[in-house]
Amino acid sequence: MTQLYQQLILEHSKTPTGRVAKGELEGANSHGLNIGTSHQVNPTCGDEITLVAKFEGDKIADIIWEGQGCAISQASASVMTDMAIGQTATQVTDDNLLFHELMHSRGAGLTDPQAIEQLGDAVAFTGVSQYPARIKCALLGWEALRAAIHQAQLKGE
Amino acid sequence: MALDITAIREQFPILDRTVRGGKPLIYLDSAATTQRPRAVVEAMEQFTFSHNGAVHRGTHQLGEEATDAFEAARATVARLVGAAPDEIVWTSGATAGLNLVANGFKNASLGPKSAAASRFALKPGDEIVVTEAEHHSNLVPWQELAKATGAELRWFGVDDEGRLDLSNLNELINERTKVVAFTHVSNVTAAITPIEQIVAAARRVGATTILDACQSVAHLPLDLPALGVDFAAFSGHKMFGPTGVGVLYGTREALAALPPVNFGGSMVETVTMTDATYLPPPMRFEAGTQMVTAAIGMAAAANWLNNLGFDNLSEYENNLAEELLKVEEIPGITIIGPREAHDRVALVSFVVDGVHPHDVGQVLDDAGIAVRVGQHCAQPIHNRFGVSSSVRASATVYNTVAEISAFREALAQVRPFFGVD
Repeated sequence: MTQLYQQLILEHSKTPTGRVAKGELEGANSHGLNIGTSHQVNPTCGDEITLVAKFEGDKIADIIWEGQGCAISQASASVMTDMAIGQTATQVTDDNLLFHELMHSRGAGLTDPQAIEQLGDAVAFTGVSQYPARIKCALLGWEALRAAIHQAQLKGE
Repeated sequence: MALDITAIREQFPILDRTVRGGKPLIYLDSAATTQRPRAVVEAMEQFTFSHNGAVHRGTHQLGEEATDAFEAARATVARLVGAAPDEIVWTSGATAGLNLVANGFKNASLGPKSAAASRFALKPGDEIVVTEAEHHSNLVPWQELAKATGAELRWFGVDDEGRLDLSNLNELINERTKVVAFTHVSNVTAAITPIEQIVAAARRVGATTILDACQSVAHLPLDLPALGVDFAAFSGHKMFGPTGVGVLYGTREALAALPPVNFGGSMVETVTMTDATYLPPPMRFEAGTQMVTAAIGMAAAANWLNNLGFDNLSEYENNLAEELLKVEEIPGITIIGPREAHDRVALVSFVVDGVHPHDVGQVLDDAGIAVRVGQHCAQPIHNRFGVSSSVRASATVYNTVAEISAFREALAQVRPFFGVD
């Protein structure tokens, strides 16, 4: 169990980066930035996340989200937020693909040292990939960010 | 006569296996799906290896034997619920049965082909009554029917203890009410519905009653004709039988009047290029090749249950319910549903303060304990209690008091593990 719920995951789940109180997202001021939003639901457990990503040009300037969910989903969205702020949409999309690869590794993790380095703290979620029912928990925030980026890109065009 | 639980457990080979690195399996998810005794699998094997053939067609011996076995299975399942064989329609499961009735109403509403079917024709101003405690399968079909016909969907609420609030019974069930669909036992709160009151009210106004018997059929003695409901549905896989098979019960009058929903082979009398006439019930509702082997298995499960005896079963499961209710002695645990052991079945849903149900389930799973986490296909009742999801432990005749103690011990470790107190 401690392999799945690593200390880093427990800590992020208790004080997640980017999570705001319910209702705060509506009042979020874009300060003239291009923003993308996304609402994702996991219908089997009722977990949900609403995420707002703000862009300065192609760079993600800020991410805030509100949601409810298990320790895995909250911690994963938190680690993702830490990773994504300051990166370009292209870089985040690349991270997202790598994280998906990690989640589908059935506990084996990634072998490419460069990929491991790129994922940084998100490697702590390797244990999740041993539990097929929990992978979607770890991916909920990433899916919200992917959709938010897509929406912002459509608006920007 | 007390049940020999050790002997019962021996009939379920899966209970011997270990999970998650050698831990003995403690299976507390029978409300989702029950395990199967050897008798069920052996009946299916015997049929497959010795009698399999196409039923209700052909003249060869295997066809005859298969047809006999299939119809005998229908009679066996009918006996389990006090019904006659021609009041039993095979379905793929309770969800299909409930949808069949709702779609029968829809077909009748589109333009009744017979005077009898007009009792199922809905129009704006009519009302459909359900409860807040329904599984999605006995809620969403009625939502769809309401949308399609303009009828209004109304519902009984539940009180803080999780029991149906029938204080507005005579207001909710009134002369506009055409359908009353409700569960016998909530798959979240475990509360048993006082069916008699609801059926009496529905009868006074001539409304059709539909009972979801999924969570009761394997735990309580059922006499559907005595209960007086018009329709009832249940699934094989929640009563020690296989998946992919279930039953829709309907009174002769109700089945004779309900328009068919699925069309094709095996349900017709004569067919021309422009029209067809239909067989009488139950075959009118059984278009296409049926799940014959699974039906044989479901009948074997019905026999197995009958042999146990429902008096013995209820007494034993009541004991398990009391053991399950002790989870509330653990700090931080709140039960959703009644706290008393009476008028309930042996399942308990709860939340753990500060720990998400998924995480609770994961820690229990690591101890070899299988429970359900999530919404159990019943979002509205979770909303009613202000929670997004819950943990559910459900026990049946193959579980022991020692297993439930082990479950409570593992549960007591959950909040310390996550550092919540």
